Amino acid sequence: MGKEQKGPKTKRFGMVIDLDKCTGCGSCMVACMAENNVPFRKDESNKFLSLTWLRIYKLTNGKPFPDTDICYLPRPCMHCEGHGGHSPCVSVCPAVATDYSDETGIVSQIYTRCFGCRYCMASCPYHARYFNWWDPVWPDGMEKYLSPNVSPRMRGVVEKCSFCYHRYQLAKERIFIEGRSEVEEDEYQTSCAQACPARAITFGDLNNPKHAVYKKKKSPNGFRLLERLGTNPKIYYVSSREWVRRAGDNYLKGEGKLKESVQHG
Amino acid sequence: MKIDRRCFLSFVIGGAAGTTLSPLPWKLMDDSSIWTQMWPWTPVPEDGEISYVDSACSLCSGGCGITVRKIEERAVKIEGMKDHPVNDGGICPLGLSGLQLLYGPRRVKHPLKKVGDRGSGKWAKISWDSAIAEIVKILGKLRSNNQSHTVGLISGSDRGTVPSLFRRFLTVYGSPNLMRTPSLQDSYEIVLNLMHGGQALPGFDFENADFILSFGSGIIDGWGSPVRMIRANSIWRNTGAKVIQIDPRLSNTAAKSDKWFPINPGTEAALALGLSHVIIKEDLYHSDFVDNYSVGFGEWKSLLREDYPPEKVAKITGIDELTIVDLARKFARASKPIAICGRGRGNTPGSLNEFMAVHALNALVGNINKTGGVWVVADPDYIDWTEPKLDAKAVSGMQKERLDGAGSKTYPFTRYSLNRLPAVISSGETYPLQALFVSGANPLYTMSDTMAVREAFAKIPFIVSFSSYMNETSQLADFILPNHTCLERYEDIPTPFGFPRPVIGLSRPVVEPQFNTAHVGDVIIKMAKEMGGSIAGAFPWDNYEACLKETLGDRWDTLIKKGFWSDSRFKAPSWNGSFDTPSGKFEFANNTKGFLPQFKPVGIEGDETLYPLILIPYDLTRLANSFIGAPPFVIKTLEDTVIKANDVFIEINPETAKALRLREGQYALLSTPKGQARVKVHWFEGILPGVIAMPTGLGHLGNDEFLDGKGVNYNQLVGPVEDPGTGLDKAWGIRAKLAKA
Ligand code: SF4
Ligand code: SF4
Ligand code: SF4
Repeated sequence: MGKEQKGPKTKRFGMVIDLDKCTGCGSCMVACMAENNVPFRKDESNKFLSLTWLRIYKLTNGKPFPDTDICYLPRPCMHCEGHGGHSPCVSVCPAVATDYSDETGIVSQIYTRCFGCRYCMASCPYHARYFNWWDPVWPDGMEKYLSPNVSPRMRGVVEKCSFCYHRYQLAKERIFIEGRSEVEEDEYQTSCAQACPARAITFGDLNNPKHAVYKKKKSPNGFRLLERLGTNPKIYYVSSREWVRRAGDNYLKGEGKLKESVQHG
Repeated sequence: MKIDRRCFLSFVIGGAAGTTLSPLPWKLMDDSSIWTQMWPWTPVPEDGEISYVDSACSLCSGGCGITVRKIEERAVKIEGMKDHPVNDGGICPLGLSGLQLLYGPRRVKHPLKKVGDRGSGKWAKISWDSAIAEIVKILGKLRSNNQSHTVGLISGSDRGTVPSLFRRFLTVYGSPNLMRTPSLQDSYEIVLNLMHGGQALPGFDFENADFILSFGSGIIDGWGSPVRMIRANSIWRNTGAKVIQIDPRLSNTAAKSDKWFPINPGTEAALALGLSHVIIKEDLYHSDFVDNYSVGFGEWKSLLREDYPPEKVAKITGIDELTIVDLARKFARASKPIAICGRGRGNTPGSLNEFMAVHALNALVGNINKTGGVWVVADPDYIDWTEPKLDAKAVSGMQKERLDGAGSKTYPFTRYSLNRLPAVISSGETYPLQALFVSGANPLYTMSDTMAVREAFAKIPFIVSFSSYMNETSQLADFILPNHTCLERYEDIPTPFGFPRPVIGLSRPVVEPQFNTAHVGDVIIKMAKEMGGSIAGAFPWDNYEACLKETLGDRWDTLIKKGFWSDSRFKAPSWNGSFDTPSGKFEFANNTKGFLPQFKPVGIEGDETLYPLILIPYDLTRLANSFIGAPPFVIKTLEDTVIKANDVFIEINPETAKALRLREGQYALLSTPKGQARVKVHWFEGILPGVIAMPTGLGHLGNDEFLDGKGVNYNQLVGPVEDPGTGLDKAWGIRAKLAKA
C-alpha cells in the first residue's frame, strides 16, 4: 500500500477541530447523515447499532460538583495514515474494500467489495466504522431526499466517513471543465465543516501551506486521539483545557507529572 | 494497544463503552445479519441536474437563511445560506433535517375533517372549498349572534404578513383574542416598554460585546436565534470576550463559559440586584448615563442599599459574598458588558422583576444604545396596510375584554398571556371560547400543565388547526387545514429575537407543494372574501402572493435576488431623544406605572415535605422543543444518557441519588403536584444537589412513529405560576419526588 507522502502534488486532507468552539450542537452529525444518505431507525438509542459516521462524544473531567466540566468531541473517521499508509483498518481488510489513497490521504470504503467480515471494525481504535445489520428503509416518500452522489448501503457491509469524497470528485470535474489544475480550498469542503455554526471544524489539505489547517494543526494546544498508537490520524483537535487534551491520551510537554491526577472514567 | 484503547473509550463514553467492548452483542447479532450480500433492495437515487434555491427556515423563530440543493425536482439537502446576516452558512440540526419533515410521514396530506369522537384519530378527507365553506358558516353564525369575540387564535408569532393577515381578519370580524405562544419575548417587550418606551424587541450587539453575563440563558442551547448565538460564542473565543454563566446546572452553555456559578434556582433576580448594589456602592456605574439620561435611579438606589447587600444576597443565592463583589467589579469594568436572562431557550416568559433587574445592569454601566450594547429594534415598517373599516359588529366585538386578560387593568402592559387561557376557560367566569384557530403553534404540547390544557381545550366547541404536520393540537382539532411547509411557500421572515438590526428573510417555494395543502395566507383571504361585507373589503388582494409582493414593495426584488433584506441605514439609537418613556429618559423605576426592580421570591408549586426535590427543565439544540417535534435525524443525535429506548433520563447529583438509594440507570417514579412519570436515573455531577433536571422536547404523541412515545413531556409535570403584575408564567420548575420504581 502507500508510501510516505511527500511530493507537492500529494494531498493529505484532514481537519482541525477546535474544541473550545465546539458547542456539541449536533449539526455536524446531522449534516453528515443528510449528505451521505445515512439511514435511521425507530430506535437509535442503542449506540452500538446506530450508524453515525460522525459521532459526538461527551467528555467529562470526572470531578464532583461544582468543579465538573464537560467538553464535546466530534469524531469522524481519522483517515489514519499510519506509517506509509498502513492504516489499522486497511491492513486487515482481506477484500481490499478499504484503501488508503496516496493522492488524497483519504481512507476509502468500497461497499461492493466489502463482504462484512468486520475485521476493520475490530481494528479501528476510534470506533469510526459501522456495520449495516439491516437494509436501510426510508418511510414512504422520504427516499425523495436521497442524494445520487452517495450510494445507499445494503445489509452486510461496513460504512464510515469518507471525507465526503464525492464532493472532491465533483470539484475535480468542475476544474477539469474549467481547464484549471488545482481544487481550491473552498471548492472542496465537507458537509460537517460547512454546516458547523461555530466554525469549529476546519477542513483542508494538511500539506498545503495556503490552507487554514496547515497552520492550525500546529497550535500548542493541539493534539490527536491516541497519537502514540502510531495511527497517525489526520484529525487534529485543539483545546485550551488541559484535561481535555489528556482525554485524548496525550499531553503537552512538561505536563507529564500531572498525569496521575487524571481520572479515567 | 488494547489497554490504550480501553483508556480512551472508558474515558470517553463511560458506561456505554462496556457494550461496545464486549463481544456479546456482536455474537447475538450474527443471526440477524448475513455475511455475504444477497442483492437486497436498496433505493438507487435518480441522478439529474443540480440546482440551488435560497430560502429561509421557519422551523423555529431563528430566522436563518438556507440554500437547498435540488436534483431536478427533488430537494436533497438543506444547507445554511452563506453571507446571510443571521447565520452566514451555519445551520442547526433541526434546520438540516427539514427534508425529513417535507417528505416525512408527519405531513397532513389533505384537508381533514374530524369524524367520530374528538381525539379518536378518525378523519375524513374534505375538499378545500367545503372545508372553508363550513368554517365560514360557523364564523358567520357566531357573528350574527354577536359572539364574534368568542373566536380566538393562537399563533406562534405576531410579526410578518401571515400573522398580520390573521390579526386583520380577527379585527374586521370582531375579536380581540389573538394570542401568541409565550416566550421570553413577552417579558422583554414589557421591560423595553417600561424602561425604554415603545413597542419593540431588544437588540443585543453580542458580536461586539466583551463581557456576557447570562442569568441562565442557554446561549448555545437555543436562546434567541440559535445559530447566530453559536456564531457569537465563537467570535468571543477569538476576541477573548468573557462569558459568565449563572445556572443551577452545568448546561452546555455553562460548560463553554469562562466561569460557571451554580445558583439556587429562582434567585437570579436577587443576584442581579446584589451586583447593582456593589456597582453603585463602589461608584463603578456610568454616571453620565445615569445622571443625565435616566430617571428613577434615586429611589431604586435606596432600595438596593437597604435590601441587597452582598452578605444578604449570598444567603439567598448560594453564591458567596466575595464572588458577588468580584463579579460586580468585573462586569462594571468591562468596556462592553451585556447582561441577559430568560432561562434555557427562553420558552417561559419569567418574572418581570427578574428581567428588569437584569436589564437594569446594562443601563447602570451605560451600555445602552452603544456598539457592543443593548438597544431597541423596531420592526421594519413594510406592513403598512390601510386601516380596515369596521362594521358595528366588529366594533362591538373589539371592545370586549380579551379572554386572557392581557391589556386589562390588572395586566396593563401585557400584550398576550396565553398561559392564563386554560384556567379562564375552565372557570367559565368570563365568556366561553366558541372557536379556536391555531397556526404555527402546538399549545397542547408546549403549554405547561398539559392535562389541564387538554381538559380546557376540550370545552371549546370548534378548533381549526393550520399545521402542516400531525401533532398534539391537530389531533384534537375539528378541522385540519394543512399549510404548505416553509419549503413549499412564500413567506416573509421578520427579524429574529435579539438580533440588533432589522432584517427580513424570505421563504420561497423550493419544491412544488407535495400534497393537497394550501397557503394559510390564501385560506385567510378566501375566508374573508366568503364572509363578505366589510370583512371581504379589508382584503383587496387576489391571493397571498399578490399581498406579499405589494406589501414588500421594492424590497421584493432584493429578497428574490439576495434571499434577505437588511436595513443598511440602520444605526443604533443615541442616548439623546431615543427613549419613548414619559420622562423621555431611561427609567430605572416609575411610581406612576408602579414598577421598581426588586426580588420577590418566585414560589414554585408543591409542598417541600412531600416533594423534597426541585425539578427543572433543560434545553438542547439536539432536541426541538417548540411547535415542531424533533425529526428522526435529530432524535438520532441524542446521547444514550438522555433517552434509551423509550425511557428518558433524569439528571441527579450522585450525592442526592445515593441518599435516595438510586443507582445509575435505575428506573424511578418521578412525581410532581401535576403528574407522574416513569423515568431512568442518570448521575450527573454537574447539577446542584437536591435539584433534578429533565430534557424538554420529548414525550410527544400523535406526531409520527419516530417521535411518539419517546420519553416524557416536561410540560406535563409542571404548571404555570402567574406573575402578579403581568399575568405571565414565571415558573422555573416545580417541587418533585423520586422513588424507586
Ligand atoms: S456542528 Fe460544530 S459546534 Fe456543533 S457539534 Fe459539530 S463541531 Fe461542534
Ligand atoms: S467529512 Fe463528510 S463523511 Fe466525514 S464526517 Fe464529515 S460530513 Fe461525514
Ligand atoms: S436555528 Fe431555527 S431558523 Fe435556524 S436553521 Fe435552526 S430551526 Fe431553522
